[in-house]
Amino acid sequence: MKARIMRLIGLTMAVLAIVSCAGASSAGDVESASRNCTWCHGTLGHGYTIAPRLAGQRHEYIMDQLYDFRTHARDNPFSQQYMWGATANLGPQTARDLAAYFSTLPPTPANDGDRALAEIGREIFLEGIPEYDIASCAACHGPNAEGIGQIPRLGGLSYSYLKRRLAQWGEGYHVAAEPPMPRIASRLAPNEIAALASYLSFIQ
Amino acid sequence: MKVVGSRLALHMAILIAFCAAAHAQGKDAVSQPELQAKIDYCKTCHGFSGQGYRGFYPMPRLAGQQTEYIENQLNAFIERRRQNPVMFNVAHVLNPAMLKGLAAYFGSLNPKPLGGAPKELLAAGKKIYEEGIPASDVPPCASCHGPEAKGDGQFPRLAGQLHDYIMRKLTNWDKERGQDPKNPDASAIMEPIAHNLTEKQIAAVAAYLSYLE
Repeated sequence: MKARIMRLIGLTMAVLAIVSCAGASSAGDVESASRNCTWCHGTLGHGYTIAPRLAGQRHEYIMDQLYDFRTHARDNPFSQQYMWGATANLGPQTARDLAAYFSTLPPTPANDGDRALAEIGREIFLEGIPEYDIASCAACHGPNAEGIGQIPRLGGLSYSYLKRRLAQWGEGYHVAAEPPMPRIASRLAPNEIAALASYLSFIQ
Repeated sequence: MKVVGSRLALHMAILIAFCAAAHAQGKDAVSQPELQAKIDYCKTCHGFSGQGYRGFYPMPRLAGQQTEYIENQLNAFIERRRQNPVMFNVAHVLNPAMLKGLAAYFGSLNPKPLGGAPKELLAAGKKIYEEGIPASDVPPCASCHGPEAKGDGQFPRLAGQLHDYIMRKLTNWDKERGQDPKNPDASAIMEPIAHNLTEKQIAAVAAYLSYLE
């Protein structure tokens, strides 16, 4: 049953992604372009099932990611399935406008992690694990995981999204990304990833 | 390619020489794979050529830094003479041999400066660096840090340092450094100088230094 629903969601999203490549090509029309995003990412950009929250995300980061989808540098399965199509005809001006729009929407936390793991996650986030050469996340992502410039806001993203993304670095996806992340994240153990994703999901 | 090769050879030679020395000392020895892993770890924040990196905070250039200064600062983090929550955690797991090895490695690098500072302040910054500001009791920076800002021993190299990092350090000097009254250190030399500089003068001298090779 669950598998059927997931297939159905997947199919719907695939259709929407294809539809959105047509719509997003009309430069300047942010409202209609953003509707193509909000089908999956939620009316207020708060994310829905597998689609991450965009509200409050860093402007430059969104633009970079749209570019990476378009050039296929971001190549994890859901990106290939949905975002490659969604960005295929996206012009730079529309990408800029969409990034500006979503970055100004107020973010609310997903709060869907495991509370029991949050404290361990907080420790790893702030201090890293120096004994195992794992760097502090806060040094780049900020003390409250707010992000800056090209570095994404992580606070309040959903547990499932964060967990999946953190695991994918170590699975060989997105190798064309800027250097620090593939190396840092591929050193994290599954329980450390679960702890980080839990902690981050609760951040306001 | 040849240049890259010879530089690599130099780094390998430093690593090997250092490991041999550590081995001879015995208890504080650190293996070359351990040192290499730690070097890679430092580079995740300080840049892949040690040239510095802008994350949420500007993370300083380590490349070409005076080895004595690097060692002294790492010890300052460990002994809480210098306050920085991230760097305390990073430094307190390093043994003396590792500390020496890291200092030797980063001191041997020489990448181009990261850049990014406003250029209209360079002339004013150069003047402060070379002549000081006599009216404010600010001596020429060059008198301790050297005419090319390469530093000397405990006096750090400033050439190529991130301008935003220098600005943060100078405006926050006495809240970050010399934090153990029972164990005063060389940071006391800079305290009155940093205090006497205005924000605008700091911005100018930081911009000038950030472009020096």
